[in-house]
Amino acid sequence: MDRLPPVLSKAMAHLPVQSVLTTQTAARCEGLVKRYPGADGGVVAVDGLDLEVLRGECFGLLGPNGAGKTTTVEILEGLTVPDEGLVEALGRRWGTGQDREIRQQLGIQLQETQLADKLTVAETVRLFRSFYERGPSVDEVIALARLVDKRSARVGKLSGGQKQRLALACALASDPELLFLDEPTTGLDPQARLHVWEVVEEFLGRGGTVVLTTHYMEEAARLCHRIAIIDHGRRIALGSPEELVARLGADQILEVRAVGPSQGVLDDDLGHALDAGRLAALPGVAGADAHESRGWMIRVRDVAVALPAVLAELDRSGARLEHLATHQATLEDVFVHLTGRGLRDE
Amino acid sequence: MSEPRERRGGRGGALHPLAELTRVRLLEFRREPEALFWVFVFPVLLAVALGIAFREKPPAPYQVGVTDSAVAQRLAGAEDLDVEPVGLGEGLDALARGRFDVVIEGAGGSEAFPGDGPSVRYHYDPMRPESRAGQLAADRALQRAFGRSDPVPTGLDPVSAAGSRYIDFLIPGIIGMNLMGSSLWGIGFSIVVARTRKLLKRFAATPMHRSHYLLSYVLSRLLFLVLEVAAVAGLGWWIFDVRIEGPLVGVLVVTVAAALAFAGLGLFLAARPETIEAVSGWMNLVMLPQWLLSGSFFSYERFPEAVWPFIQALPLTATNDALRAVYRGEPLVAGIGLQVAILAAWGVVSLALAVRRFRWQ
Repeated sequence: MDRLPPVLSKAMAHLPVQSVLTTQTAARCEGLVKRYPGADGGVVAVDGLDLEVLRGECFGLLGPNGAGKTTTVEILEGLTVPDEGLVEALGRRWGTGQDREIRQQLGIQLQETQLADKLTVAETVRLFRSFYERGPSVDEVIALARLVDKRSARVGKLSGGQKQRLALACALASDPELLFLDEPTTGLDPQARLHVWEVVEEFLGRGGTVVLTTHYMEEAARLCHRIAIIDHGRRIALGSPEELVARLGADQILEVRAVGPSQGVLDDDLGHALDAGRLAALPGVAGADAHESRGWMIRVRDVAVALPAVLAELDRSGARLEHLATHQATLEDVFVHLTGRGLRDE
Repeated sequence: MSEPRERRGGRGGALHPLAELTRVRLLEFRREPEALFWVFVFPVLLAVALGIAFREKPPAPYQVGVTDSAVAQRLAGAEDLDVEPVGLGEGLDALARGRFDVVIEGAGGSEAFPGDGPSVRYHYDPMRPESRAGQLAADRALQRAFGRSDPVPTGLDPVSAAGSRYIDFLIPGIIGMNLMGSSLWGIGFSIVVARTRKLLKRFAATPMHRSHYLLSYVLSRLLFLVLEVAAVAGLGWWIFDVRIEGPLVGVLVVTVAAALAFAGLGLFLAARPETIEAVSGWMNLVMLPQWLLSGSFFSYERFPEAVWPFIQALPLTATNDALRAVYRGEPLVAGIGLQVAILAAWGVVSLALAVRRFRWQ
C-alpha cells in the first residue's frame, strides 16, 4: 500500500489486506489479457494491463480508437471475461457469486447503447431505478442529469446530448459508488459536451469514483485526476494530467512541417534533412518527435530562443518550410511523444 | 469517498422490476400503431373476408346446358335446374370451364322420345360433386316430365346444425393463428431490436434478474392475448353469431396456456439472432408448417391418419383443438385437458431453453 500516507499505512497495518483495498481502491486489475479470436491469430485487445482506481478519483483511460479502452472497461464492469489476470470492483471479484451485489453499487454507461425510443425520459429512468435496491427517487435522478424539462419527452425525440445525459441518468439511478463512462461525449457538440461534464463533476463532488474512457484530451484534462494512456492494449503512461504534460519537459510545442529536397515530408533518410537528435540539441529545445503525418512536434522551453535556432536548422537542411505554429503542450502531445501518432489518427 | 453518502431504501417510486419491465412492454406496444393493426384489426378483417366468402347461401340451382329444344321445354318447370339451350361443342367447353354442371345432349327432334336405346346423353364431370348431383337432378326431372311416378312417398326435412358452418370452424382457427403470430412476431422483433441497439447488454450491466426480463414478455403477452382473443371472439359472436357454447373460463385457460407456449417459443427463437432477417427466417420456419398443418383454415383430418399424432402435438393444433372444444361446449377437462398439457409442456421446455441460450451481447 505504497500510495497511503505513512501514518495511515501504519495505522492499517493490522487490518487484513482485503479491507485495506476496499478502503482505498475502487477497482483494479493486474496482468489483464483479452484476446479476440479471428483470422491471422486474432487480435490481442488487452495485453497485460495493470490499473488501480482509487476511491473518490476520476480515473481516465486515454487512447486512440482500438487501443483496448472499451474492452478494459467492460472487463472491469464484469461484462467481459478476461483470458488472464485479476479483476476487482469495489473489493470484490467478478464471477464469485457476488456479481449482483457489485452491480447494485455500479453505475454504467456503455458506448452505443440506444435506449427505447418509444419510452419517455421518466419511464426509462423509472425502469432502471427499479433494478436497484437503493438510490435517489426517479425525479431526483432526472434532476441530477439536468433533464427536468425533458421529463415527459420521448427518448426518440431527444438530442444527442440529451440522450447521453439520459444514459448518465440510468447510470446514476443506483446512486453508484463507482461510475463507468465509456466515451460519454463522443460525437457531441461542445455545448452538449460541457453539460455532460458538469453532471460528471457534480457526481465527483458528491464523493463518487469515476472510470472514464475518452479520446478527447480536453475531456481527460478537465475531468480526470489521473490518466492511464493506453495504446495497443498496454499502459504506456500513468499520472495526473499535469504530471504527464510536465514529463515532456517543455511548456510549448513548435509544430514544423517542411518539405525537403527529396519531397519526403520528414526527409529522415537524407543526411542534410531534419533530425531529432540535431533538433533536440538546439538551444531552448527539450526534444522533438516526428509525427507520421503532421511533421515535427518540437518541445520548446523558450520559444524566443528556440524559434530562430529551428529556422536556422531548417535553412541548413535545405528543407522548405510549409507549416509553422506553436501551442501550449497538452496530453495530445504526450501521446504523440510516446507513440508518434495522434489520438484521433486512423 | 470521505463519508458514506445517504442511500435511500426502496425503489424510489418504481415498482418491482418485473412489474416495471412488463409495464414498459405494454407502453411500447401501445405506442406502436402497426403492432396494434396486426394484432387487433388484421385478424378481424381476415375473419370478415373469409366469413363473407364462405357465408351460407340458399342452394343455387344446377346449371344445365341442353342441346335439344324439346328436352329444354320439358325441364323448364324444374325448380332446382337452371336450363339454357346451347350447341353441343359450346356446351362441352362451358362444362369444362365449370359454367355448366351438366350438358344434356338430345337425339334431335321430338319424335326421338321415347324410343329404343339411349336417346339422351348426359355429359358431366364425376369428380365434381355439384356436377354429379346436377346430373341426377336433371335425370330425375326429365324422367318425371315423361311420366315416371315414384313408388315410395317421401318427405324432406332440411337441417342446419348449430356450430357446423364454416365460419364456426374458422373463428377459433383465426384466434389460434393470431395467438401464435402476434406472440412470435411481437417477442422476436422486440428482443432482436433491443439486442442490435445494445440495450440487452445495458440491462446485463444492471443487477436486473435476467429471468425477470424474459418473464416480462410472457406476462405482457398474456395481458394482450386476453384482449386479442376477446376482440376476435367478440366480433365473431356479433357479426357471424359464432357462439361460445362452453364456459368462458375455458377460453381463458386455453389463452393462458397458448400464451405461455408461444411466448416461450418466441423467446427461444429470439435467444440468439442478431438481425431481424435472421429471426424472421426462423419464425417463418416455425409458423409456416403450423399454418398449413394445424387446422386453422381446414381440418387436419384431411391429412393421412398416420401423421395426426404429430400434427396434434404442434402448439397451434393444440390451441385450435382446445378452442374448438370450448366453442362446441364439450366438457372442459376431457375436451381441453390434453391440449392444455401439450401447450404447457411447449411453454416450459422452450422457456427453459431460451433462458439457457439467451445472448445478452
